[in-house]
Amino acid sequence: MTVVCDFEVLRPEQGVAALLPDGTQVAVFLTADGSLHALDNIDPFSGAAVLSRGIVGDRGGVPVVVSPVYKQAFELATGKCLDEPEVSVAVHGVRVRDGVVELT
Amino acid sequence: MTQTLVVIGNGMVGHRLVEILRDSSWRIVVFGEEARPAYDRVALSSYVDTWSSAELELPPLTGCELRLGEKAVSVDRERRVVVGASGIEVTYDALVLATGSVPFVPPVPGRDLPGCHVYRTIDDLDDIRATVKAADRPGRHSGMVLGGGLLGLEAANALRGMGVSPHVVELAPRLMPIQVDEGGAGLLKRLVEKLDLTVHTGTSASSIERDGSRLIAKLANGLELDLDVVVFSAGIRPRTDLDLGLELGPRGGYLVDAACRTADPRVYAIGECAAVEGVTYGLVAPGYSMAEVVADQLSGGAKVFPGADLSTKLKLLGVDVASFGDAHATTEGALEVVVNNAVAGTYSKLVVSDDAKTLLGGVLVGDASSYLSLRPLVGKEVPAALLQPGGAVDVEMPADAQVCSCHAVTKQTITDAIQSGVACDVAELKACTKAGTGCGSCVPMLKKLLTDCGVEQSKALCEHFTYSRAELFEIVRATRITTFTALVEKHGTGRGCDICKPAVASILASLNNGHILGEAQVSLQDTNDRFLANLQRNGTYSVVPRIPGGEITPEKLIVIGEVARDFGLYTKITGGQRIDLFGATVDQLPQIWRRLVDAGFESGHAYGKALRTVKSCVGTTWCRYGVQDSVGLAIELELRYRGLRSPHKLKSAVSGCARECAEARGKDFGVIATENGWNLYVGGNGGFTPRHADLLVSDVDTETLIKVIDRFLMFYIRTADRLQRTSAWLEGLDGGLDHLREVVVDDKLGICDDLEAAMAAHVDDYADEWRGVLEDPEKLARFTSFVNAPGTPDPTISFRAERGQRVPVQLGIPEVVR
Repeated sequence: MTVVCDFEVLRPEQGVAALLPDGTQVAVFLTADGSLHALDNIDPFSGAAVLSRGIVGDRGGVPVVVSPVYKQAFELATGKCLDEPEVSVAVHGVRVRDGVVELT
Repeated sequence: MTQTLVVIGNGMVGHRLVEILRDSSWRIVVFGEEARPAYDRVALSSYVDTWSSAELELPPLTGCELRLGEKAVSVDRERRVVVGASGIEVTYDALVLATGSVPFVPPVPGRDLPGCHVYRTIDDLDDIRATVKAADRPGRHSGMVLGGGLLGLEAANALRGMGVSPHVVELAPRLMPIQVDEGGAGLLKRLVEKLDLTVHTGTSASSIERDGSRLIAKLANGLELDLDVVVFSAGIRPRTDLDLGLELGPRGGYLVDAACRTADPRVYAIGECAAVEGVTYGLVAPGYSMAEVVADQLSGGAKVFPGADLSTKLKLLGVDVASFGDAHATTEGALEVVVNNAVAGTYSKLVVSDDAKTLLGGVLVGDASSYLSLRPLVGKEVPAALLQPGGAVDVEMPADAQVCSCHAVTKQTITDAIQSGVACDVAELKACTKAGTGCGSCVPMLKKLLTDCGVEQSKALCEHFTYSRAELFEIVRATRITTFTALVEKHGTGRGCDICKPAVASILASLNNGHILGEAQVSLQDTNDRFLANLQRNGTYSVVPRIPGGEITPEKLIVIGEVARDFGLYTKITGGQRIDLFGATVDQLPQIWRRLVDAGFESGHAYGKALRTVKSCVGTTWCRYGVQDSVGLAIELELRYRGLRSPHKLKSAVSGCARECAEARGKDFGVIATENGWNLYVGGNGGFTPRHADLLVSDVDTETLIKVIDRFLMFYIRTADRLQRTSAWLEGLDGGLDHLREVVVDDKLGICDDLEAAMAAHVDDYADEWRGVLEDPEKLARFTSFVNAPGTPDPTISFRAERGQRVPVQLGIPEVVR
């Protein structure tokens, strides 16, 4: 379990980056409907740790984040890349407890 | 064995012939008398805008031996040898004469005096300019053009461009007697006289005499004109001074048959020097058509000259003039339908057969927009509506009607290309049919045919909005909506995406909705805008402070150096005369800005779809050749438009003289100094599809210049598509440059006050975006590496040294889960 931040720090349709003790970087997103998602922060197409800085939106109704480097869309719920279906990023468990966002 | 084709003459028609035969088996040798490569003589008067011959050059010829500055002095048809001025001899298997024409100079006493010129070549224009420059008359200079036809009016226009007030003297009782009838010419005269021309018709010059530095011309009607320069532009004669012992036509020109072949089967003649079955032609389109005939013959074909359509549509001194078919109603029993609207300044005459069933021809002056639909109807049934007062001209064109007369492309060819899916836009039509690649006047018709064939690309911005960017702009402007959420709820669907969010953010910013990282806007911004810096491949950013006009003090240069050194940033000079600092992490950005802002710098908006930089040369302050203060103007423009959000980035430059060291014509808006003020060019681009900017206004003062730029930029911001640079916008604008000029110079739509007010609001509202973050703790808080470990550097970022600077270690692309 890793503490990310107070829930009130998050803003709808935006991401933040968090660092796990093992050095893994995780991008945590709050969407407009109030749900939380956590994906690996490293963009598999560029290797840069930037997914938390992507634009959040939807593609055909599916909530996604778009990598700021080469613009591939990743499904927030599954980590699957919608532009190249054989590529995906790892999904992390995330929850809010006592107003604090935690990665599980 | 390879056969040799010799082409004598490197004008537009000779050039076309070689282009067609470029990939044939012929070895081609071209003799050109002029030392410069072939150029667009039709556009000669535009040379005065830039004095750059490169602007007029035709595409360079490849696959031939081009002997420029080598006049062919004799031909020995028995030995089949052409001899050049240098003594060189080339043996031919086929010879094409494309020697063009010479200006006709009427035998006026004094016509050889210094200060008297002809109007035919770039060199002629240089000579005229030298005469005008040497004239010591205070105020505007005075000139006379002998000849009031098409060429004469072109020459008068060129003189105007040199600051000369021209008198136009025409022997016939009206201007453009060949193309235009009396009614049309009357209107034409009224319209051009508003432009500082004085027209004298039905008279001629009886003598020219020198009086000190002036020339005095006496006209047959008794008038005396006091002049600085005289230009003869009274028509052309086929050039046949190269004597091959071949028969000439009744009005000159090498006599050829319908295959453009002389009595000697190895010798052809094309263009203005040819008399095809006895008839000479002074237009480029029939010349091109002859080039195609000869190219076909030389490739074993049997094509013959199909005759020429002498219809013309042109803009002379800003006045539309068109003439087609039997313009003078010479057909027996022909009827004329004339609408002469003196108030609107338009004249139209349709000529129809005696039963009013067949369209025979027509004349249009003042507004020639119906020319493209009328000309193809010549010889065909005339729609009855056309003959009613105010009759609609939007008529169905027959399939065999010629749309592009430069390349003889029919409507059928074009619709076939569209319907077979080969061409989906104007650019593809140009590539596969050649239509629109000549004079370009049929491009609006190409667009119409695309639409008629049902090719209309969806203008929807993305899956969330069915509106185009321009439509969304108007919605946001009219409804004063200030948030994306409100806009997508009311006018769109879903939650938005990486296409519509930044586009809407840009629209909101163009309408002055405060800092772009405000609470309602921050989540819409692409990463560059969100961090006010440029994302690089390893996840770091680069920082570009504004250096207006590229001018910087040593103290400020030192600050940039110190900041780069202290933060370990890689530095590079950009193409826009500023300095880019690379390798900053998200948490370093505010620290770097703090140092820069304290030293008097501000954001350079290198990250934004916004004004980037206004490049400049040093101008009059230092340069021996400069004619205006280009640095001063560049700084003024950059400070005026800094922070202006637009559909795509905006680049600009100011050059202090026609040498154009700032490369202004490669910019979205570029300014070039003239002796009288500034020329403004718009729609230039480098990059993927380079395009030279087009001249919008010339010789304007600084106040007018800025007013026109204000209007141009705001009009572009309101109407362009997402990520559409000004070059593509202008190319796609209905009515093109003329329409743009009508809107932003003549204020035809009556929106200029509004456009200027919008720009004034931008200038008032401007605030440095970096300072806006530094002064706001909430915005500042977003610049952290990790929300749970602020200050801990991103472990994926590392650097190595290259040529004494830090550069990124290439990131390993992680093993992707497949």
